[in-house]
Amino acid sequence: METQRINSPFETEVIEKLTVGTPVLISGIIYTARDAAHRRIVWSLDKGEKLSFDLEGQTIYYTGPSPTPPGRIIGSVGPTTSIRMDAYIPRFLAVGIRAMIGKGSRSPVVREAIKKYKAVYFVSLGGAGALLARTIKKVEVIAYEDLGTEAVRRLAVEDFPAIVANDIYGGDIFEQNIARYRREVR
Amino acid sequence: MNFELGDDVLAALKEAQRNEASSLGREILGQLIENAGIAQQESLPLCQDCGVAVVFLEVGQDVHVTGGDLSAAVIEGVRWGYTQGYLRKSMVNQPFSARKNTGDNTPPVIHTEIVPGNRLKISYMAKGAGSENMSRLAMLKPAEGREGLIEFVVRTVDEAGANACPPLVIGLGIGATAEGAMRLAKKALLRRIGEPNPDLETVELESELLSRINGLGIGPLGLGGSITALAVQAEVRPTHIASLPVAVNIQCHSARHGEVVL
Repeated sequence: METQRINSPFETEVIEKLTVGTPVLISGIIYTARDAAHRRIVWSLDKGEKLSFDLEGQTIYYTGPSPTPPGRIIGSVGPTTSIRMDAYIPRFLAVGIRAMIGKGSRSPVVREAIKKYKAVYFVSLGGAGALLARTIKKVEVIAYEDLGTEAVRRLAVEDFPAIVANDIYGGDIFEQNIARYRREVR
Repeated sequence: MNFELGDDVLAALKEAQRNEASSLGREILGQLIENAGIAQQESLPLCQDCGVAVVFLEVGQDVHVTGGDLSAAVIEGVRWGYTQGYLRKSMVNQPFSARKNTGDNTPPVIHTEIVPGNRLKISYMAKGAGSENMSRLAMLKPAEGREGLIEFVVRTVDEAGANACPPLVIGLGIGATAEGAMRLAKKALLRRIGEPNPDLETVELESELLSRINGLGIGPLGLGGSITALAVQAEVRPTHIASLPVAVNIQCHSARHGEVVL
């Protein structure tokens, strides 16, 4: 499949065209959040508090970067395992998150929610944080600074590489691709 | 260690790239190799998860450590390395409640063994959580035997799927007790890839397991392919007449470890 250059935040028409297995290069704005930030955001939502940042229509990248060495924009910044965030995701999608970037497969509940809310899940290069750092052009901590690596950051990215893993049509890249290479070994 | 992939791991990734059946898989392996180059040139961590610091100390029984506390020195070394090296601090206190970051990646996990001789060997491993979380222990029934062991190991890797960042190195601890087996499995990961097991029966087991695991089709980063693991490395010890402990410690492709002998 041909690589598509797409801009985050994503228009609905763009998400509709993204099908499982499509390689993409993402440019624009994405927000980092992982375990602790998800927990805090859901606490706030449960208490009816207004967040200090607007998630509607946005893209969340599951990562906790390593510290930024002097003279650099960011440290190593690859995706973390997405499934740990799954318990929070129906809630996140309900408040308007449209795209997620991480590594590894998602639960059936999240796959259903992706269909229902017309969202998309991308996987990127797990364990290639040094390579991915090159695509980050600007970083700003926008919430939960006390969480350190787990703070919410606003990243400006250019040609961040990823692949569509779950689309609005219910497709799943892991099921499709692994079945192709599975064989019985005796 | 966090900036530089061992030459054995790099060679195994290059060989995997030559043998991988999936074109996407080959492309991913190429990107992982490129990542290793960038990390080394730019002194950036290979992976943002710079791991729990796992330290194995093999202390020769004729060694007398003077001038302070050995464990405290190891802890201080971890604190210094993770701070000065701009490595990520990933350790949290109160794991089931507050989960507050300790701020300096301490404490490390230290395993100490007394061995003959007058040397001190320090092995360090930066163990990422993505793969550690998918590790498992089974106390099999002796009647389940070799076949039961294979079934358990293959199922564990299948369940780990994409989450553990394949291609993997599989550390196995077979025998001893519950905690002894897991410690052996971790220690097995310190072996260099390609370094043969001295026991022929174990070599056969490792090779059969590798072939079965690669038949799972999980492939590089779980996106399908013929290379799910780079190596299976087992350590075997005697066990109780009623037991067959099998520990699987999974290592991601960013297999970072090294050693010094003093």
